[in-house]
Amino acid sequence: MTADTTPIATLSNVTKRFGGLVAVRDVSFSLKPGEIVGLIGPNGAGKTTLVSLMAQTLVPDAGEISFMGRSLVGLPAYKVARLGLARTFQIVQPFPKMTVLENVQAGALFAGASPSVADARDRAMECLEFCGLAQLALSEASSLTLPNRKRLEVAKALATRPKLLLLDEVNAGLTAAEVDRALELIDALARRGITILLIEHLMKVVLKACARVLVLHQGALIADGTPREVVHDKAVAEAYLGSRFAHALSGKTPGAAA
Amino acid sequence: MKRTGGLLLLGLCAVVLVALPFTSSNYIIRLATFAAMYVALAASWNVIGGMAGYPSFATAAFFGLGAYGAGVVLSKTGTFLVLGWLCGGVAAALFALLVGPAILRLRGHYFAVASLVTAVVLREIINSATNLTGGGMGLNLPPRISDVDLLARQYYAVMVLLAVGAVGAGVLVSRAKIGWALRCIEQNEDAAVVLGIDTLYYKTAAFALSGLIAGITGAVYATWIGYIDPTDVFEDILSVKPIVMVLIGGLGTLYAPVVGALCFLLLEELVWRNILSFHAGVLGLLIVALLVFLPGGLKDLATRLPWARRSPAGEAVRS
Repeated sequence: MTADTTPIATLSNVTKRFGGLVAVRDVSFSLKPGEIVGLIGPNGAGKTTLVSLMAQTLVPDAGEISFMGRSLVGLPAYKVARLGLARTFQIVQPFPKMTVLENVQAGALFAGASPSVADARDRAMECLEFCGLAQLALSEASSLTLPNRKRLEVAKALATRPKLLLLDEVNAGLTAAEVDRALELIDALARRGITILLIEHLMKVVLKACARVLVLHQGALIADGTPREVVHDKAVAEAYLGSRFAHALSGKTPGAAA
Repeated sequence: MKRTGGLLLLGLCAVVLVALPFTSSNYIIRLATFAAMYVALAASWNVIGGMAGYPSFATAAFFGLGAYGAGVVLSKTGTFLVLGWLCGGVAAALFALLVGPAILRLRGHYFAVASLVTAVVLREIINSATNLTGGGMGLNLPPRISDVDLLARQYYAVMVLLAVGAVGAGVLVSRAKIGWALRCIEQNEDAAVVLGIDTLYYKTAAFALSGLIAGITGAVYATWIGYIDPTDVFEDILSVKPIVMVLIGGLGTLYAPVVGALCFLLLEELVWRNILSFHAGVLGLLIVALLVFLPGGLKDLATRLPWARRSPAGEAVRS
C-alpha cells in the first residue's frame, strides 16, 4: 500500500456466485479519493456484477466492501446511494413517463437529500446544465437519443451528490464524436472532486481518461496498474486474445495475429 | 384558462352534490351513495395500483376488515358511529402495515396473487371467530335513526365526504415526496432504489393508506346496510371493481377514480335494470370491450370516435 491518503472505497476478497458460476472471484482493490480508475475486461468478466456488488443491489457471498470507513455489506441499496455512492446502468434506466428534469429531480430529492421539491428542481437543473441536457429539460425521457440517455444516467447519478461514481459503460454504442464529448463530461466530473470508477470496453477511453486501470477476467482481478503497464501485461493480452495470439504478439510478430 | 375551467367544473359538482339530497328520491340518493362509495374504493386502489403500479387485489380484504372492525366495536361497545368507522379504517391500515412488508417484495402477478389471498384468509378467520363476529350468521348493526329518509341522506353525506377525502388524499400524496417515490417505483423500481428511494417503505405506506380508505369505506357500508356477513364484505368482486373503474377512468391520472367509478356505476345500473337475467355477463362483455378498444380509458374516446377525429389540432388521427 503506497497510498498516502486513506482510500474512499476498499474491496477485500469479494466473491459472488450465481449457482455454479463464480461471477466475481476473490477481488480486492481500493480507490483513493479523486482518482479516475478504469475497470476493463472481456465480455462476461464480471464487471457489471462488481458494480452491483459495490452499490449493494447484489449482496456478496464472501468478502468485505467498505466505503468512507463504513462497511456496506448487508446495507440496503437505497442507503448506499444516500451515503454518496452512485451508479449508472449499462442498459439505461430512465423513468420513461417523466420529463428529463423530473428524472434528475427525483435523484436530488431522495439520495441528494434536498429539503424540498422546489430545491430539488433547482439542483436538478444545475446537473442538467453540467451534463449538457438543459435544453432538453422538459422533454419526455423516453424521447431522448441514446447518447442523451447515457447523459441522463450521469445527470441522475450526479443529482444524488455522489462522492464515488460508478459509470457502467456510459460510452457503449456511441460514435467517436459522441465519445469525445462523453470524455469531456467525465473530466468535468473528476474536477468536481468525484472519485470515478469507469467500466469500459473502449481502450481509447480508458487510456485517455484513467491514470490507473483494473483488469477483470473470468471474475478475477488479473492486473492493476497504469494503462501502459496493463496494455503490456501478458495475462491481459491472453485474456483478450487467447494464449496463442498473446504469444504471437510477445514474439513481436504482430502479423501473425491477423 | 384551464384552471378557471377546472374550478368552474368543481363548483358545479359541489352545487349538484349539495342540492341532490334536497331534490331527489330515495332511489337516486341510494344510487349516489353507491357512486360515492365506488369513488372512495377506486381512489383507495389508485394509491397502490395506479401510483405505485402494484396491482393490488386486497381491496376486499381491507373493505371486509373495516366492516367487521367497525361492526364488532360498535356492537360490543355501542360507542359513537364515527369512532367505530375509524376503528374499522385503522384495523385495515394496521393489517396492511403487517402484510405489506411481506407481499410488497413480490412484483407483478406474484404480488397480485398474494394480495388476492389476503381476503380469503381474513374471510376464513372472521368465519370461525363466531363469538366475536357471529361467523357465517353475519352481524346485525341496527340503524340508530328510524327515519328512513333521514338515514339515506345521512349516509349519502358521509359517503360523499369520504369520497372527497379519498380523492383529496390522492392529490396530496401525488404532490408530496411520497408521490415522487411512487411514480419512480411505478416506472422503474430498480432505478428508484439507486436514487436512494426506500422503495419498501413507500410501497408499504401507500398500501396502508389504501387500506385506511377502503377500511373506512367498508365500515361506513356496514352501518349503512345494517347487516354484514363474511361472504358479502370479503367478496372477490370488491377487489376487481375498483381496478376496472380506474382502468375505465384512465390509469395514471388523479381523476380516474371519479370518472371511472361514475361510468362503472352507470353501466352497472343500466345493464341491471334492462337485462336482469344476464346482467353480470353483459356487464363483463361491456368492460372487456371498453378495455380492449379504449386501453387508456375514456380519454381515448377523443381519438377513437370518427366524429371526434377532426381534433382541434387539425391532425388526422388515423393509425
